[in-house]
Amino acid sequence: MAAKGAGLAARWMILGEWRAHPMRVVTAGVAIAIGVALGLAVHLVNASALSEFSRAVSTVNGDAELQVRSAAPAGFDEQLYPRLARLPGVSAASPVIELKATTGRADEQITVLGLDVLRAAAVTPSLLGRPVAAEGEGAHGPTNDAPFDEDAIFLSEGALEGRAVGQVIVLTAGGRTARFRIAGVAAGIGEGRKVAVLDIAAAQWRLGEIGRLQRIDLKLAEGADETRMRDVIAAALPADAQLVTRDSEARRSDSLSRAYRVNLDMLALMALLTGGFLVYSAQSLSVARRRPQFALLRVLGVRRKALLAQVLVEGISVGLVGGLAGLTLGFGLASGALRLLGGDLGGGYFGDTRPELVFSPLAGLVFLVLGLLTAIVGSLAPAREAARAQPAVALKNAGDAVDPRVSPPIWPAVVLLVAGGAAALAPAVGGIPLLGYASMALLLAGGVAAMPWIARTLLGPVQHLSLRWAAVDLAFKRLWGAPSQAAVALCGIVASTSLMVAMAVMVSSFRGSVDDWLQQLLPADLYMRVDGAGVGGGFDPKAQAALAATPGVATIVFQKTTSLMLAADQPPLAIVVRPMRGPEAANRPPVIGRELTPPPGQTPVWVSEPAAWLYGWKPGQQIVLPIAGAQPFFVVGVWRDYSRQHGAVTLDAADYTRLTGDQWRTEASVDVAEGRSSNEVMEALRAKLPSDVAPRVTFAEPATLRAFALRIFDRSFAVTYGLEAIAILVGLAGVAATVSAQTLARTKEFGMLRHLGVTQRQIVAMLVTEGALLGAVGVVAGIGLGLVMSQVLIHVVNPQSFHWTMETKLPWALLAGVAVALVASAAGTALLAGRRALSADAVRAVREDW
Amino acid sequence: MSDTPPVLKIAALKKSVPGGRVLFENLNLELQAGEFVAIMGESGVGKSTFLNLIAGLDQADAGAIAIDGVDLAGLNDDARTLLRRDRIGFVFQAFHILPHLTLGQNVALPLVLQQAPGEEALTKAREMMEAVGLGGRAEDYPRQLSGGELQRVAIARALVHRPGLLLADEPTGNLDPETATRVLAVFADQVRRSGAAAVLVTHSEVAAAVADRTLTLARSGLVERHGR
Repeated sequence: MAAKGAGLAARWMILGEWRAHPMRVVTAGVAIAIGVALGLAVHLVNASALSEFSRAVSTVNGDAELQVRSAAPAGFDEQLYPRLARLPGVSAASPVIELKATTGRADEQITVLGLDVLRAAAVTPSLLGRPVAAEGEGAHGPTNDAPFDEDAIFLSEGALEGRAVGQVIVLTAGGRTARFRIAGVAAGIGEGRKVAVLDIAAAQWRLGEIGRLQRIDLKLAEGADETRMRDVIAAALPADAQLVTRDSEARRSDSLSRAYRVNLDMLALMALLTGGFLVYSAQSLSVARRRPQFALLRVLGVRRKALLAQVLVEGISVGLVGGLAGLTLGFGLASGALRLLGGDLGGGYFGDTRPELVFSPLAGLVFLVLGLLTAIVGSLAPAREAARAQPAVALKNAGDAVDPRVSPPIWPAVVLLVAGGAAALAPAVGGIPLLGYASMALLLAGGVAAMPWIARTLLGPVQHLSLRWAAVDLAFKRLWGAPSQAAVALCGIVASTSLMVAMAVMVSSFRGSVDDWLQQLLPADLYMRVDGAGVGGGFDPKAQAALAATPGVATIVFQKTTSLMLAADQPPLAIVVRPMRGPEAANRPPVIGRELTPPPGQTPVWVSEPAAWLYGWKPGQQIVLPIAGAQPFFVVGVWRDYSRQHGAVTLDAADYTRLTGDQWRTEASVDVAEGRSSNEVMEALRAKLPSDVAPRVTFAEPATLRAFALRIFDRSFAVTYGLEAIAILVGLAGVAATVSAQTLARTKEFGMLRHLGVTQRQIVAMLVTEGALLGAVGVVAGIGLGLVMSQVLIHVVNPQSFHWTMETKLPWALLAGVAVALVASAAGTALLAGRRALSADAVRAVREDW
Repeated sequence: MSDTPPVLKIAALKKSVPGGRVLFENLNLELQAGEFVAIMGESGVGKSTFLNLIAGLDQADAGAIAIDGVDLAGLNDDARTLLRRDRIGFVFQAFHILPHLTLGQNVALPLVLQQAPGEEALTKAREMMEAVGLGGRAEDYPRQLSGGELQRVAIARALVHRPGLLLADEPTGNLDPETATRVLAVFADQVRRSGAAAVLVTHSEVAAAVADRTLTLARSGLVERHGR
């Protein structure tokens, strides 16, 4: 019953407060809604994209329980197939050729699967093609021999778009081009996937894959122990093959973009964090303003706990309404983002897929709870302040609750900052820099907690000055005399400024480092590349010689990029083959630190930074790579690579050819002879290209490549910029709301000043000075804190997420712009709110009860 | 002799301000139901502090305060709050009417805090407002009232839950003499009708005159004032 009575009183109080100040509640609610919406939208887009990507992978894999996949695109020896098929516990095995092929249509790439129809029927029946009668065929339709016909190919619905059964399709894979007749549909392959299925013998014969397989799909005998069978099969595999399970495939899909997704999630949550500060500042101001009212309630018999509950209920209500609105907004945002930006939000991880939005009630609930928690945490300190106040003192309404002469404690801030520093030194958890993010949050909390002390220290020297200009003098003295109000306003400014500065410095450092790296990486005059060249595709030695002899070519360096799968649950590692010794190696990628000399008889490799991080490789270490069987290599150095997040290894071209016999190359960099133009040489090179390769060769100048790379960088960061901008806007709105609320709450003070003979203009000047001073103190502290947080992003979060390092590059112009904008925003808001507050009648203002 | 304890019993009360200056010591007072005393004294002598001590809002250095036989020293903050809710009514110099509640809601607040159903509380609040001359204004908001009217709302709020003890701190200090006289008349009338014991702290001889007796607060305690 007691609770019931207090509940009704609390309801009156809460509803009365909201009726009196609706905009403050709405602003705080909107901040929570935006935070929840962004978090949910990014999560839903990521989850939908990942689910679509996994579906796509499983589409190509069929229903196989286990798979053996080749480490390299060249595949493994087909002799492995009978050995696995005969293993006890394997009920059926299906050998598969899997190639990427181009079709002659611009930018179209198709996955070609060569299957043994009889074996696949037992293991992966969903991959099989169904013959369909072509227009004009006899009443009997296609023959049942179609699946075995070496010309016949079956296309998935996605690949069949714009084509018809009976037509011819020309496929180029691994440097071979072959014509096939479309004999039917591979209907079991998911919508939108571009897959072509043909007989394995035809694939081996016509696409030059004789004796090689890319994978073997396995079905286990009924009752076989899968865990034991995994060990048995793994033991039977050569070095260039890996056992893949559905779990490891899912982990591989996940690890492909996990760091990027987690980073976006964290960035989206920053908006929620900023929203939390907004709730805190709104509630703090509201509590400060209502201190005498709460004191009255205490006198009338309301217990401390009831006051605490009242302020918390206010916060929870704001969190609940904001959170529910955020869920709706988030779903809409996710839907729009998927349509506009694709499943990877511009990150480039999932190609051009446009996945369907999948709503997860659990995710919705989690973000709603996060919104609520943010509002509760934001309300907790003000609620405690409301409950702790001494009623007899508060009833006097004697101004700020904090005595400006008492030095605010600095130790909570120091503890938080030290904890933040310690968290930054911790390693990643499961490949995710969780403690790095925790470090950022602790540093932010520490910086905000230090604000009362910093404000006192920065404002201390000026408060003793007796200035001749009354408005400025009053402004200084007011900021000094109401320390807790100044601290509340500063919290919002510091939180938004530091987050903004940290992100801006990180992005600027990253972009600057990428630009420097591109300058070093692209020293030649001209670059050429064969698109869609697989194993054995591209420039053969004859073509290389012809291109090298082209008039106007001073030097030409050929290289090749292929891939290796080292672990079933990791994306493939890139293998870059290029001259690393001799005169042709002049333009090779720069090595970080010292380069070692390999011991005699050992083959050197240069590993990229991400590869060194992911696989734990160090210079001086011997590693084994499944190139032409299992070969030992000696790591001589680490090079910086921003283009392949999942790692790359560079081999000297001569070593690679000696080990594999593969002399084909897919890329070339050209130095143009003096007196010749790039265009002229490009045309000459084009004329020398073999006819089957010529249509697929693209030329580019370094400036174009650099611009293209930076465009991709900016596209990848577009969502980052967007999320950052929203967090900043929420922060600025918070600053505006805080300054405005503080100003409007001082109507009585302004009335009194007017009675004392202070002009309206002087009061406005005082407010603008106060706003500008607050903004300046906040910007100084926020930029300082932001620079510290940026170092955590640059040296902890980025290396742990993406496995590359960078040098700090400060965006001076942006920092200056941010400082000016924030100071102007705080001063401008104070000006507008001051004008509004001054519009009230001065006589009425001083006789207001409170 | 009745077994009923006095509404208010204060014995050997001592209070100092931070810094050690003694406001008063050896202060004794006993009030029975229906007794109405005025306490006068110079500014800074501790009149408001004295009321805060009685209400359990401040702690004495020494001595005892009992309300209806309950010793405040033996109560924690929650228990003191409940005692205040049930047995004390307060009137302040600066009215302290909540601006965002209607006048009816302001007056009904003590009843609501005592778990009275909302409608019943509002009905009693309207009756109390009628009694202080503000009938029909329960739905108005405080901004529409004059100072004298606001103080009458405060008086209604202080008495609506029939407290045993009424504490008034300079209730006419913010009012002009004419309005103050009218408010004092309402206040004295309602105190007497309620049968509550009342302590009125004031500077004003005129205000003190409405009480049954007047005491002066000094460092040595409370001294009876004669010659009224």
